[in-house]
Amino acid sequence: MIRFTHVSKQYPRGGPALDDVSFHLNKGEFAFLTGPSGAGKSTILKLIYVGERPTHGEVRVAGQSSAVMTRSQVPALRRRIGVVFQEFRLLEDRTAEQNVAFALEVIGTPRSQIGPKVARVLTQVGLAAKATSLPHELSGGEQQRVAIARALVNDPLVLLADEPTGNLDERATRGIFQLLRDINANGTAVLMASHDLNLVRTTNYRTLEMNHGKLVYDSGAAAPPEPAPGAPPSGATDTGAVA
Amino acid sequence: MNLAVREAFRAFNRAPMLSALSVTTIAFSLFAFGLFGLVAVNMRAALDQVEERVEIRGFVAAGTAPEATSAAVGDIAAFPEVGSVRLVTEVQALERARRELGEFQDVFEAGILPASIEVRLREGYRDPETVRTIARRFEAYDFIDDIRYGEEWVEKLYNMRNIATAVGITLGLIFAGVAVIIIGSTIRMAVLARSREIHIMRLVGATDGFIRAPFLIEGFLKGLLGGLLALALTYVTYTFVGQYLVQATYFEPALAVFGVLAGALIGLLGSAVSVGRHLRRV
Ligand SMILES: Nc1ncnc2c1ncn2[C@@H]1O[C@H](COP(=O)(O)OP(=O)(O)OP(=O)(O)O)[C@@H](O)[C@H]1O
Ligand SMILES: [Mg+2]
Repeated sequence: MIRFTHVSKQYPRGGPALDDVSFHLNKGEFAFLTGPSGAGKSTILKLIYVGERPTHGEVRVAGQSSAVMTRSQVPALRRRIGVVFQEFRLLEDRTAEQNVAFALEVIGTPRSQIGPKVARVLTQVGLAAKATSLPHELSGGEQQRVAIARALVNDPLVLLADEPTGNLDERATRGIFQLLRDINANGTAVLMASHDLNLVRTTNYRTLEMNHGKLVYDSGAAAPPEPAPGAPPSGATDTGAVA
Repeated sequence: MNLAVREAFRAFNRAPMLSALSVTTIAFSLFAFGLFGLVAVNMRAALDQVEERVEIRGFVAAGTAPEATSAAVGDIAAFPEVGSVRLVTEVQALERARRELGEFQDVFEAGILPASIEVRLREGYRDPETVRTIARRFEAYDFIDDIRYGEEWVEKLYNMRNIATAVGITLGLIFAGVAVIIIGSTIRMAVLARSREIHIMRLVGATDGFIRAPFLIEGFLKGLLGGLLALALTYVTYTFVGQYLVQATYFEPALAVFGVLAGALIGLLGSAVSVGRHLRRV
């Protein structure tokens, strides 16, 4: 569903951010994107949601190729991709439900459908009781749940999460991670960039490790979305230097 | 679209002072434009009246046969530029002079005042160029002694009018430019104030047109309000001038509507030219 073919990315100002990266992410798959700071994790996510275009190579997302996509085709693609960030990016003057509804309003969803959709997704992320709270009245973990609800409300094919637990304590981190697993279990693919090796090591999810813009380790494109029994592979030694 | 209109109104609420400021600046720009327009409208009316009186008068040499003059009158009447021709005989000239200068009527004796042919031009042919051409053709008759048509006067009026038009267009363009710049900087601030929302809109797949719409609507509404305010200001000024200075004419309703729409158009254009540029930066 997402395919990188010999992708390189060079920002107008700055060195090479990605160097000949190729991988493939299946429908409904869960994968971690790890690597040290500056390795190119966020750049990969940006290329997927067309926040940036590749300098070389091709990025295919949901059947659309970066090579031929026009500016006017980007919004339609983004409606099929959910994105969350470390810093939540909520609108401070709107309640949780208004933040989620905003994502539907701005793509022209009929009014009558917005209320039920928002209620359903807030329940899914466990925030139904705080629907009318403003962001500053919520904990970090709760704010990230609102952001996830906003990313999910349009039923995306894939949820991209860029360090979603980077600002959270351990308890909140576990809660958000569990939520992402539940979302994945419901059939949405998840690609999660994370520094948090403890988190990455607790599961057998597929791991893509970046370093200096190169994909240096892929625990297996064929890995099933369900955690397989047995110890995690040599990924621990590969990523050990990062911590 | 509903949401876009709501967003446009939110922008007013979010920055009431700034919005009021931009509306009043647009209003003042248009007000200055409108004031000039009023001056122009009134001057035009005055010029039209003056122009109606533009007249070429040829004095007929004494002793000219009446057949010659009446033949000339016929010829001149056939010029396409000519509206009316009138022959004023010596007797008529004397009578007119006596009427106009009642108490000195004894001064005049028959034969002192020459007969004359008076020509008025059709509307659209009263510019100095045409007047001069007709006067020259007129002069070609042997029996025309002298010719008068207030050439300097006509030319001055025309120059005044041309200068007035040029000043009007220039001022109008400058003010429109100022309005566009003000709207542009308002948009810039509005875009910055909403940059978080715009980021999120883009992220969740809102189209460029959708993101742009509230800014265009906002500019349109501000221009419309500015136009209405300017209309009110010009009307107040007009009433004031009418009461204390001279009786003037106001804009015809169609022109007033046009002025308000021009304000809205300035607002819309001001937004359109800057919104793309500023959106690209956030
Ligand atoms: N907009 C940009 N302009 C120029 N260079 C950039 C830009 N964004 C990223 N880079 C550079 O590209 C490289 C990869 O950046 P990227 O943000 O993808 O790293 P990352 O793996 O997400 O790092 P982190 O873990 O710190 O978030 C870095 O060297 C970074 O400095
Ligand atoms: Mg990053």
